[in-house]
Amino acid sequence: MSGRVYGSFFRLRFINGLQYRAAAYAGVATQFAWGFMEILLFHAFYQTDPAAFPMEFSQLAAYVWLQQAFLALFMLWFFENEIFDGILSGTIAYELARPTDLYVMWFTRSAANRLSRAVLRCMPILVVAVFLPEPFRLTAPANAADFGWFALTLVLGLLTVVAFSMLVYISAFYTLSSQGIRLVVSAVGDLLMGGLIPLPFMPEGVQKVLELTPFAAMQNLPLRAYTGQLAGEELLWTAVLQVFWLAVLILLGRLWMKRALRRVVIQGG
Amino acid sequence: MIEMHHICKTFRVAQRNAGFGEAVRALFRKDYTLVHALQDVSFTIGDGEIVGYIGPNGAGKSSTIKVMSGILTPDSGQCVIDGLVPWKSRKEHVSRIGVVFGQRSQLWWDVPVIDSFELIRDIYRVEPEAYRRQLDELTELLDLGEILRTPARQLSLGQRMRCEIAGSLLHSPRLLFLDEPTIGLDAVSKRAVREFIRRINREKKTTVILTTHDMQDIEALAQRILLIGKGRILLDGTLEQLKKRHGGQKRLAVDYGEKGPDETVLLPAGLSAAGKAEGRQLYEVDTALLSVSEAMAALSQLGEVRDLTVTEPTAEELVVSLYREFHL
Amino acid sequence: MRLYVRYLSILLRSQMQYKGSFLLTVIGQLLGTGCAFLSIYFLMNRFHQVKDFTLPQVLLCFSVVLMAFSLAECFVRGFDTFPTILSNGEFDRMLVRPRNLMFQVLAAKMELSRIGRFLPSVAMLAYGVTGSGIHWTWDKVGVVVLMIACGALLFSGLFVIYAALSFFTTQGLEFMNIFTDGGREFGQYPLSVYGEGVLKFLTYVVPLALVQYYPLLYLIGEKENPLYGLLPLAALLFLLPCALIWRIGLRHYRSTGS
Repeated sequence: MSGRVYGSFFRLRFINGLQYRAAAYAGVATQFAWGFMEILLFHAFYQTDPAAFPMEFSQLAAYVWLQQAFLALFMLWFFENEIFDGILSGTIAYELARPTDLYVMWFTRSAANRLSRAVLRCMPILVVAVFLPEPFRLTAPANAADFGWFALTLVLGLLTVVAFSMLVYISAFYTLSSQGIRLVVSAVGDLLMGGLIPLPFMPEGVQKVLELTPFAAMQNLPLRAYTGQLAGEELLWTAVLQVFWLAVLILLGRLWMKRALRRVVIQGG
Repeated sequence: MIEMHHICKTFRVAQRNAGFGEAVRALFRKDYTLVHALQDVSFTIGDGEIVGYIGPNGAGKSSTIKVMSGILTPDSGQCVIDGLVPWKSRKEHVSRIGVVFGQRSQLWWDVPVIDSFELIRDIYRVEPEAYRRQLDELTELLDLGEILRTPARQLSLGQRMRCEIAGSLLHSPRLLFLDEPTIGLDAVSKRAVREFIRRINREKKTTVILTTHDMQDIEALAQRILLIGKGRILLDGTLEQLKKRHGGQKRLAVDYGEKGPDETVLLPAGLSAAGKAEGRQLYEVDTALLSVSEAMAALSQLGEVRDLTVTEPTAEELVVSLYREFHL
Repeated sequence: MRLYVRYLSILLRSQMQYKGSFLLTVIGQLLGTGCAFLSIYFLMNRFHQVKDFTLPQVLLCFSVVLMAFSLAECFVRGFDTFPTILSNGEFDRMLVRPRNLMFQVLAAKMELSRIGRFLPSVAMLAYGVTGSGIHWTWDKVGVVVLMIACGALLFSGLFVIYAALSFFTTQGLEFMNIFTDGGREFGQYPLSVYGEGVLKFLTYVVPLALVQYYPLLYLIGEKENPLYGLLPLAALLFLLPCALIWRIGLRHYRSTGS
C-alpha cells in the first residue's frame, strides 16, 4: 500500500482542524492561562524553599511552556470517538473491506489529528512565552544538540502516545464499552507521564520507577532533553528506552489487533 | 385565531469555502451572507381549521412555526394568536398551544410514558381532575392503554408518536402545531395518527397547523393548504382549488398489446405522450383543450386499444408540478 | 419546588438504568481526584509548606473548592452541557413550555456521578479540619459551610455564563475552562500563592478568592475580623452579571433561532 493514501488522509485531517478558528484561539488562550498559573504555583514553591527545587526555575518554566504548547501531542484522554463508534456499531467491517492496513490507518489518523492541533496551537504560545519577563519566560535550549534531541524525542514521544492509545482502541473490541479503560487511562496517565507535576518533583523512589515505564517516554523525555536536564549517557539511555517502549507498544498493538480482527471476522462483527 | 401580517425575518449565515488556503484564511476573517427566511408572510387562520403548511426544505416552514410558537422573534410584522403576541407573552401563549416536533421527543427516554405525562401535567399546572379526564379520553382515542406503563425507549416509532401527540394535548390546547407528525411511520400508524388528528379537530374544535412532506397527510387532513417557498407565501387555498388549477391534467394509460402504437400518427393539441410504464403507453391530456373522450378517440387511431385507464394526478404530483412552477 | 422534585425523581430513575456506566464514571472521578491529591502531597512533601500554608490548610482549600465544584457540576449540569441541549432542540421544547427557562435548564439535567469527586473531598476536608490546628467554634463551622455553598453558586454562575455564550457561538467556548476547570485545579492552593495580580483578579473579577482565600485567613486565625468569614456572601454579587449575560444571550437566540 502506498503512502499516498495515508498522506492525503493526513492532509484532510489537517484542514479539518484548521476549520475551527475560534476553537483554536480559545485553545491557545486556555493553554496559555493554564501554563501561566502552573508556573506561578511552582514559583511560590520555589520562593518557599529554593533548595528543595529539583531543577533550575528556568528549566521548570521551559517544561511548563513546552508542555502547554504541545499538549495535543501528549494528552492521553484525547481519543477519536469515531473509532470507538465504528467498533461498537460494527461499521468496522466496512473498513476491513478497504485495501488499507487498519492499524496504520488508525495510527495515522490519530497522529494527524494530534499533530494538526499542536501545530496550530503551539506557535502563539511559544512566541508569547519567549517574550515574557524573567523568570517566567521560555528560554532557548543551551545548544543545538539539546534542541536536536528535543525534536527527535518529541516525535518519538508522539508516536509512543499514539501507540499506547492504539491499545485502548483495540481494547474496545473486547469490552464493548471502553469507557472504563478510557477513564482510568486519562485519570492516571496524566500523573504517571509527568503531566500534573514533572517527575523530578516526585519522591525519588517513585520517580525512579516511573522513569522506567513507557509513560516517562511520552513527555518527560523530550521536555527535559530541551532544558538539558537529561544529557550525555543518561539521555542516550533514556532515548534507547523510549525506542524500546515504542517498538514494544507497536508490536503489542499489531499482534493484539490481529487477534481482535480475527475474532470480529469469526463472529461476523 | 391566528393573524400574521407582513412577517419578515433575515438571518446572517457565515460562509465557509473548501480548500486548504481558504481554511487558513478563515482563521482571520469570515464572510457572511444574508438569508431571507421569511419575506412579508401574511395569512389568517380561523378557529377549528386544519391547515397543511407545505414547502421544500429550507423554504421557511420551520421559521414560521417558530414565530407562531413564540420561539423566534421576527424582524418586523405583526402576529397575534388568540389575542396574544407569541414572543411577547411567551409563557401565557405557550400554555394555550401544543407543539409536536416529529423528529424530537418530549418524552423522557428511560421512564414509563405515564411519568413523563405527570411531569408535563405539573409543568402546565393542569388540575388533577381535568388531567384525569383528558388522559382517559386520549388513552381511549389513541389506544394508549398498556403503552403508558412502558419506557419510551422500548416503544415503536408509531407508538411513540401517539404518545408524543397525547403529551402535547394534556393541557387541552386550543391550537396544535404538528411538525412532520408522520415522518418515519409505517402505513398503519400513519393512518391512526391522521384519524386521530381529524377526530380531535372535529370533536374538540382544536385548530391544527401541520407541516409535512407526506402529501397523503395533506390529502387526508387539510382543508386548506399554505405553500411557502423562498420565504414567501406562494399559494393559499383548498386542495380542491389547487387541483382545479393544475388538475386540468388527466393521465391516460393505454395498452396497445405487442404491436405497440403507431408513432407516426400526429397527436392532436392537448394530448402528449408521457413515456411508458409497465408495458403501457402513458399520455397526458390537458382538458382545457381536449375532452377525455376526444383524447380516447385520437388514441384509438394509433392502434388496437386492449385496455385503457384514466387517472388524476395525485397530490404528490400536484406538489411536484407546483414546486416546478415556482422554481423551488 | 414540587416540580423540581418531580424532575429529580425522573432523572434519578433514568440514571439508575445505567448503573454500570454510572459506576465507571464515579471510579474515574475518584481516580482523578486521587491523582490530584498525590501531586499536592508530593509537592508538600518536598517543600513542607507553600507561602506559610501547611498541607492540612492546603487540603482545606482543595476540599472546599472541590466540593463546591462537584455540587455545581451535579446540580447545574444543564448549563454545563447546554450546547447539547441547544443543538438537539431540547431548548426549543423548553421555549414552548410555560415555565421559567433557567428553571427548566436547571431541572433538565443532574449528574450524580460527581459524587466521585465529592466523597474524596469530604475525606480531605476531614483531614484538613483536624490537622490544620484551627480552634473550631460554631461560627467557624458556619464559615466552612458558607464557603462551600457560595462556592457552588459561584461555579454555577460560571456555568450559566458558559451556557449564555453558547447562544452566540458553538465553538471557542473552551476558554471558559480557564475559570471552571481552572478554578477547580488552581483552587487547590490558597489563591494568594499565585501572587498579587492573580489574587486581585480572583477577588474583583471572578471572585473565587472570596469563597476560598479570605475566609481561610479567618479560619486559621490570620485575620480576626469576622467580616472575612462573611465574604463568601459578597461573592454572590457575581450572579447578577451572570443572569444579565444569560438574558442577553436568550434575546439573541430568540431573534436568530440558531
